[in-house]
Amino acid sequence: MAPAVSSKRRRPRKPDRRILPGFGITMGITISYLTLMVLIPLSAVFLRSAGMGWEAFWRAISGPQVVASYKVTFGVSFLAAATNVFFGFIAAWVLTRYRFPGRRLVDAMVDLPFALPTAVAGIALTALYAPSGWLGQYLYPLGIQSAYSQTGIFIALTFIGLPFVVRTLQPVIEGLDSEVEEAGASLGASRWRVFWQVIFPSLLPAALTGFALAFARAIGEYGSVIFISGNVPLRTEITPLVIVKFLENYQYPQATAVACVMLIVSFLLLFLINLLQRWSESIGQARG
Amino acid sequence: MAAILSRTRTFQPPKSRSATAEPVWVRLLLIGVTLGFLGLFLLMPLIAVFYEAFKQGVSLYLAAFADPYARDAIWRTLLVALLSVPLNLMFGLAAAWAITKYHYRCKSLLVTVLDLPFAVSPVIAGLVFVLLFSTTHGWFAEVLRENNIRIIFALPGIVLATAFITLPFIARELVPAMQARGTDEEYAAMTLGAGGWRTFWHVTLPGVKWALFYGIVLCNARAMGEFGAVAVVSGNVKGKTSTMPLYIETLYMEYETQAAFALASLLTLLALATLVLKNLIEWRGEAQRKTVH
Repeated sequence: MAPAVSSKRRRPRKPDRRILPGFGITMGITISYLTLMVLIPLSAVFLRSAGMGWEAFWRAISGPQVVASYKVTFGVSFLAAATNVFFGFIAAWVLTRYRFPGRRLVDAMVDLPFALPTAVAGIALTALYAPSGWLGQYLYPLGIQSAYSQTGIFIALTFIGLPFVVRTLQPVIEGLDSEVEEAGASLGASRWRVFWQVIFPSLLPAALTGFALAFARAIGEYGSVIFISGNVPLRTEITPLVIVKFLENYQYPQATAVACVMLIVSFLLLFLINLLQRWSESIGQARG
Repeated sequence: MAAILSRTRTFQPPKSRSATAEPVWVRLLLIGVTLGFLGLFLLMPLIAVFYEAFKQGVSLYLAAFADPYARDAIWRTLLVALLSVPLNLMFGLAAAWAITKYHYRCKSLLVTVLDLPFAVSPVIAGLVFVLLFSTTHGWFAEVLRENNIRIIFALPGIVLATAFITLPFIARELVPAMQARGTDEEYAAMTLGAGGWRTFWHVTLPGVKWALFYGIVLCNARAMGEFGAVAVVSGNVKGKTSTMPLYIETLYMEYETQAAFALASLLTLLALATLVLKNLIEWRGEAQRKTVH
């Protein structure tokens, strides 16, 4: 799956620019397409924001409704990504190390949130967790408001982030050197100690990468959340929804300013993810 | 014979699997946790889609597709995919070639830019095209008004937003596939006198055909299912600028729950087909690797 890039990158032999033709045309197409489709459109957000003036910009990004949406978006995304790291770690371990009937099928299912349209995920989760839903009917009597609440947002964001953690960890677990584990065990360490002192440290960068990928995906998520969140201002409104509401009211500068904040956060996360992946690779190389 | 066998056996390490494996009860517990978590978060929503779609019988399920607005939305979704996927296919092939066949500085910067659409919220992906092409607020508002061109709240906007969201998919599948194959075969073909195009068609493409095929299918599935970005640029007018995911929302908000899930079941089947294909290709690759070694 594309974003959870395999951490084992094979280094190609150095190809020479002069031997294979097509450098000019393929590079030309690539750069023009990226410029037209990605760079110019994204720069519009920054240029528009810069044109607003600092005071208007600050007022737009610090309104009470907007600030409340940051808290919901970042807080719940953090919790969902953390939940995914915990369960995703176990799932990745089980799916790579153990053999049991149906493992292949379960493994294949992990990519579902990546392939399923977000609107479909949104209405399906709402149907499950609404007060009359299969799961909601048992959760509501327990006092758990599983839909139209922050819990609902948490459920949707956990669903969305799941493949990122599992798919980032799986190749790294597969690549673990069993000799190191055997050495630990033969020196008398218990399995628990081998796990914490030998296995866990080498999986930590990949786990953090998975967390960052799931978190980055969650803060931008829209389709799967808006059905289950109830969209109560100040309580269950996520930031992407606030942007949409600004647009619907033709408040373009406000929408642009909030989008600018979110883009900067996304870019910082992308940078962080690149650093984490490099760290992860360097650990892999040091061992291999 | 027996003596030799027993001699050799003594040289083997003791067969205690417990040294590098967890106790049985831990394994069972972890498998249980995994199946429980994935069952709750992956299987249940999947079952819910089909259960809700068929809740009131097959005839009502089919009736959902007789709705002219639904047909219009399905048709538009197909059209949008038909326009945006080839754009990204052309780009994906060019980008993968430029990234894997040559060596130059700033390549990682190029790959980062290629990945940007992954990092951007779908809502912002829609917003950027509104900022450019809105006839009231866009950068090109005057030109568009003078020439009476509509991009936002019309098909071109939907295609642009969809192409933006699905831009990295084909390239992202092709790059590792081309990298793994290296450039030796292309060099050989060129040495034997094949031209650039011929080398590309007869040597490079057949080598990465499965990655290419999966890239196209994934790109198509994401193009047909895109919601957030399209919702922002389309205006969502029933029968005019609605797509399948948007019409699912409309139906759901109008309490036409079963019809909404009926349409959703089509997109779910598309997602499942994508997953099946991905795994078929992966298993095929594994089987090939096993026969090689």
